[in-house]
Amino acid sequence: MKTAVLVFPGSNCDHDAYHALKHVVGVDAEFVWHKESALSGFEAVVIPGGFTYGDYLRTGAMAKLSPVMEAVRAFAAAGGPVIGICNGFQILLEAGLLPGAMIVNESLRFVCDYVHLRTETDRTPFTRGIPPGKVLKIPVAHYQGNYFADGDTLSALEAGGRVVFRYCDPSGEATPSANPNGSAGNIAGICNEAGNVLGMMPHPERCAEGVLGSADGRLLFDAMVSWLKERGR
Amino acid sequence: MREIPVTPELAKDHGLSGEEFARIRAVLGRDPSLTELGIFSVMWSEHCSYKSSRIHLRKFPTKGPRVLQGPGENAGIVDIGDGLAVAFKMESHNHPSFIEPYQGAATGVGGILRDVFTMGARPIASLDSLRFGRPDHPRTRYLVGGVVSGIAGYGNCIGVPTVGGEIYFDECYDGNILVNVFTLGVVRHERIWRGTASGVGNPVIYVGSKTGRDGIHGATMASGEFDEKSEEKRPTVQVGDPFTEKLLLEACLELMRTDAIVGVQDMGAAGLTSSSFEMASRAGTGFVMDLDRVPQREEGMTPYELMLSESQERMLIVAKRGREGEVREIFEKWDLDVSVVGEVTGDGVGRIRWKGRTVAEIPVAALTDQAPVYDRPAARPAGQDALQSLDPAALPAPSDLSETWVALMSGPEMADKRWVFRQYDHMIRTNTLVLPGSDAAVLRVKGTDKGISLSVDCNSRYCYLDPFVGGMIAVCESARNVACSGAEPVGVTDCLNFGNPEKTEIMWQFRSAIEGMAKACEALSVPVVSGNVSFYNETMGKGIYPTPTVAMVGLLPDAGKHVVQWFSADGDIVLLAGADRLGVNLGGSLYLKEAHGRVAGTPPPVDLDHERRLVAFLREAAGERLLASAHDLAEGGFACALAEACITRPDGATGARVRNPYPEAVRPDFAMFSECQGAVLLSCPPGNRDALLSLAGRFRITIKELGTVGGEHIDIDGVARIAACEMRKAWREGFAAALGLEG
Repeated sequence: MKTAVLVFPGSNCDHDAYHALKHVVGVDAEFVWHKESALSGFEAVVIPGGFTYGDYLRTGAMAKLSPVMEAVRAFAAAGGPVIGICNGFQILLEAGLLPGAMIVNESLRFVCDYVHLRTETDRTPFTRGIPPGKVLKIPVAHYQGNYFADGDTLSALEAGGRVVFRYCDPSGEATPSANPNGSAGNIAGICNEAGNVLGMMPHPERCAEGVLGSADGRLLFDAMVSWLKERGR
Repeated sequence: MREIPVTPELAKDHGLSGEEFARIRAVLGRDPSLTELGIFSVMWSEHCSYKSSRIHLRKFPTKGPRVLQGPGENAGIVDIGDGLAVAFKMESHNHPSFIEPYQGAATGVGGILRDVFTMGARPIASLDSLRFGRPDHPRTRYLVGGVVSGIAGYGNCIGVPTVGGEIYFDECYDGNILVNVFTLGVVRHERIWRGTASGVGNPVIYVGSKTGRDGIHGATMASGEFDEKSEEKRPTVQVGDPFTEKLLLEACLELMRTDAIVGVQDMGAAGLTSSSFEMASRAGTGFVMDLDRVPQREEGMTPYELMLSESQERMLIVAKRGREGEVREIFEKWDLDVSVVGEVTGDGVGRIRWKGRTVAEIPVAALTDQAPVYDRPAARPAGQDALQSLDPAALPAPSDLSETWVALMSGPEMADKRWVFRQYDHMIRTNTLVLPGSDAAVLRVKGTDKGISLSVDCNSRYCYLDPFVGGMIAVCESARNVACSGAEPVGVTDCLNFGNPEKTEIMWQFRSAIEGMAKACEALSVPVVSGNVSFYNETMGKGIYPTPTVAMVGLLPDAGKHVVQWFSADGDIVLLAGADRLGVNLGGSLYLKEAHGRVAGTPPPVDLDHERRLVAFLREAAGERLLASAHDLAEGGFACALAEACITRPDGATGARVRNPYPEAVRPDFAMFSECQGAVLLSCPPGNRDALLSLAGRFRITIKELGTVGGEHIDIDGVARIAACEMRKAWREGFAAALGLEG
């Protein structure tokens, strides 16, 4: 089982994702440079956080043009699991693999803090086995994580069960004060129609070990591993 | 094109004295060209030459069994065992941040990061020590917002966590803010690189961003006082590009894994000039450099501009001859400019060529080893005695002690700094075990059991009242902070921020502070391995408090045994180690300033022998897992330390009931808020009591049991009592409220 961790110019959570996969979860992981045009041999793809191309244009707007994104598109179309975290989520939005857009946080400031997420669905490879309603403690770190989409898109996401995570208070209520950035519907993560492509602003790779304050992030990677094992059978 | 003639007036405009100009002519045996004048002016500036500070900096202990690199390089390096080392340094970016807070602070971060990865180390953490004017000064809010977002903008983008620091407000910084940034990196011993240009015939290679006209004479700007025209200096502030620096970081570390190079140095202050001449100086070589080959962002740049530009995100590399191709390949992969601009020569002269002719020809040693060194006159100011006089008995007692207590805890100095550190990515790289908000930040070193503990400290009120004692305290407090986390202090870097050294009283402050710091470092056996001096922090003749900021690096053999400052479990017992260090000391205290509007008296006394034993005791207690928490008594005294232990836990408040550690005869406000040096508030499970007491005995530390953790109230028996959640609320909201910021 081999997972790809994509590296774009300006990716900076690539090492953290690699560490969580390889040294915590114990699956094989490999860095893949953005100029590569194939993802053969990989069973899952992680698009890590960072500031690709400095976020000098819209977040993710340059990275979506890298050769590797064509390979990601094909990989996703074939049903392979893809997770975009933070800037990785922003790249998936720009690439059109997920709907909607990110705008600047309501506070107009960068925010780095632990937040609570309510798991809304177990239909993705990364939430398989996590009971819906389960509250996870996972950090965010972003300046543009305020998810925005038009009314029709939001309705379609809700109706299609494609909202995967919502910001909530510790008891699981999706209140306005639990929303760190002003996201529509407290949305923290969404998936595509097929459910195999997940984009989320919070960082599961930062909380995969108890010593760091939470090990809840590990649940997502463990889910991915069992999903892959199941599929392999 | 003809260069304008060099006259003594032009030299003066470059910040060179008549004597210095004469010396330049004597060294060269002729008049300098304009380019040469520019080169001398930056290399001999206070910022680059340390001409007023050098003789005093020699007083610091800089050697020790762990020191792999002391002062004089881009960063100091300390061994942490198993073939690993940490490289670290602190630098000031005060002047640029006052003029243009976002870019000034951002490029400060960029510069210190380069200093660390230039040595081959991967940066894993930054800290910053910030000082602003009074919270209600019309510019303060703008400066705080700009500096904090500048640090965040650069550090977050490049992906190095900002894990801690300090932020203070005082009228004395109204016209001169301080922005001191620290970075630490981890390096394997065999991958340490230095800024040396050895090997005649080796190519000199320029990598990174293109050179533009930004930041020309930044170093000279930082070597003068501000006046009403400072706003006009905005163009001398550089603009940061953290994305390019991220590419540069990865490309450099990739290159450093090869053996294709012999030396590398970043282009910081004085850019191409300082990097080339300093590298040649360290190797005792010379060089020839062709400016036409320097990648340029703008057209028509003169040699003067090219040599003095402080464009960011550039490095100079000396490679092995014949290995240029490998260097080129790596930098091109990362889409960075790379150009062979010259080569190393053996004659000790730096020659700069431009459009086929030589535009500068200067002996390397003249700019470095033979730069002017001044022993400037120093004198204790006449008003110092008056400043130190204080009659505590004459101070009116507050009518409501709890109210005063809350006011201190919610004031900008003590209040929760979440508003600041939530803007910094403090978790990236997944090493941060203790997030901002404890005495020290603790990071793990992946692949080992080790932990690194970091603290940055300076109480500038103490330094103002007595720079010698204040200097000692800055060192002792930072050492105590890392020891509270369970670590052994292993190295210091500093940022010495002072006023105009040409004034005798400033030079006295500087000399005294250094002597105090040096004495404390000797006593604690902690070497100073790098640092920075920032003079001329004055506006219209008014200087800042002397502010020698100390960053202490501590080592934990087992990161899993780290200790935090907050109480963690109901029923734990509360103890005070160093109970004999308590006294009625109001000099320079937060209470005296906030409740009585005065900065006067003398700082609390320091006992270096006690500090040494205390640090050892704390490490041992943590190593044996006896402690649940440890928090040192600092600003705000016993009452504020107790409140912090109760309310700073990230997930909520807890109460505690303790007895007053002072004799009953002491005025209650003095008992609560007197400040002292060498006392630490501890908590531990009741089962560890005996072991802890006997350990304290072994280190001859006086320890007193005061009470227990738990309940709804923070309660100092018979003195004051307040609901813990009320105190926490005030503390959490205080910072944004004091500055009029949105929470």
